[in-house]
Amino acid sequence: MSEVQALYQAAIKQAAADAVGGGELAQADGEARLDNPLCGDRVRMQVALDGGRIAALAHQTRGCLLCRAGASLLGARAPGMDRTQVDEVTNALAAVLADQAAVPDTWPELAMFAPAHAHPSRHKCALLPFKALQAALAAAEDANERR
Amino acid sequence: MTADPKAGFPLLAARPGLRYLDSAATAQIHQTALGAMSGHDTRRRANVMRGTYALAEAADAAYEAARATVAGFLNAAADEIVFAAGATAALNLVAHAFGATLRAGDRVLLSQAEHHSNFVPWLMLRERCGIVLDILPVQEDGRLDLDRLPALLRAETRLVAVTHCSNVTGATTDVAAVVAAARTVGARVLLDGAQAVQHGPQDVRAMGIDFYAFSGHKCFGPGGVGVLWGRRELLRGLPPFQGGGGMVGEVGLDGFSWADPPRRFEAGTPPIAQAIGLAAALQWMMTLDWPAIHAREARLCGLAIDGLQRLPGLRLLGPAATDARAPIVSFDVAGLHPHDVCQVLDQHGLALRGGHHCARPLLAALGVEACSRASFALYNDEADVLALVDGVARAMKVLA
Repeated sequence: MSEVQALYQAAIKQAAADAVGGGELAQADGEARLDNPLCGDRVRMQVALDGGRIAALAHQTRGCLLCRAGASLLGARAPGMDRTQVDEVTNALAAVLADQAAVPDTWPELAMFAPAHAHPSRHKCALLPFKALQAALAAAEDANERR
Repeated sequence: MTADPKAGFPLLAARPGLRYLDSAATAQIHQTALGAMSGHDTRRRANVMRGTYALAEAADAAYEAARATVAGFLNAAADEIVFAAGATAALNLVAHAFGATLRAGDRVLLSQAEHHSNFVPWLMLRERCGIVLDILPVQEDGRLDLDRLPALLRAETRLVAVTHCSNVTGATTDVAAVVAAARTVGARVLLDGAQAVQHGPQDVRAMGIDFYAFSGHKCFGPGGVGVLWGRRELLRGLPPFQGGGGMVGEVGLDGFSWADPPRRFEAGTPPIAQAIGLAAALQWMMTLDWPAIHAREARLCGLAIDGLQRLPGLRLLGPAATDARAPIVSFDVAGLHPHDVCQVLDQHGLALRGGHHCARPLLAALGVEACSRASFALYNDEADVLALVDGVARAMKVLA
């Protein structure tokens, strides 16, 4: 498999096409919109919480395949997670991208991002939805504290 | 120019497989610029306008000779040439120095085709002192809609600041029309020449403009240096932008006086070797057969347009014709993000940029968030164009 075929492997393309979680929540506890200033990519992430865990998640993602695949993966896997777990998977992906760290057993899907290690300018693409989810959770927490 | 257009560019010689199509971002540096910088720093390196020893005087002479060469490239006088850190710095200089002469309610007219470098400094000035910005729209093909210019000009319009050549569409501005319209209300005209200078020497006198800005790294010279040209009488009436050594006459506890232009605008140690490298690049450019190069660039641009527009789902952004445009071809592929397209192209040895190209207002007018851009310079050839078209077709298959 060539480098470019590895980067754009079927799993990435499939996840991006599936766009799991794409859309908008009728009622969100927190939301965040993050941009990648390099290319103008944008992720708007919304979360509804139940007892500190993600009960529902929706995202509107405008970006490249890596960005859209990441958002879709979160749409599939993030419901049920709490903020600590989201931080852990975000850090795990950052380590996979930056340091070729091992993919955690609990998140085998992160392996599809491993070929992006060779392309530092693309790391932000993959991480953008994860950071947007972190920011949405922080916003939800802030809103909860103000209540 | 030699038969091999890539000759004289060390990076292209060292990487013969590279198809460099990002000269609108940074052109490759010519060996004459590298040699001039190395020669200066190994034989004449000293600060300028400060020392009286022979070495410092040699550095002074080299730096001022560089200024004179730049003036020759623009058909200007040497004392009208200000060295800056780049085109962005030069444009910010105007926004601060000329901007200091503006008052709330004065108006500056920009176009929607501007690079952020000629947009954000004016937004910042608006925040500082309450000027009003008017925006000249673009046509569907990205050209400035000059028919709408007269209606946008007011008695309060002090400056028309527009691009000489779009970094996204390659559309070249009808400068004579802009100047004629601006003069009807007494407005000054600034041209952002960043994209124009790599396509040959410019004549600021013939254009009839008031300010011209460009950067060295886009005309086969080094990074870290740029140029602001301003009419002598205008520069003399402007306050300094930054304070520091070199830009003052007298300095005391009670205040300071300004040095004459251009030093008034060159606070601190200037980019000495870079200015000398830039001058060497421009000197080399002035020896070239530009009509022949323009014909060659237009042919490559036309080939790229013809080849790309045959690909299904590909939309070209910018003028359909090759006249009055630089060889910059931007495109959008339906369903594919330009980052992904350019990533695949990179694997085929093609270096081009995908993104918003620091021109978000223009891209919004063109109906896209981001696009891929191929920009050709005098060292590109037909094989580069064919590889581009083939590469985009391959990218479509890989990413489908």
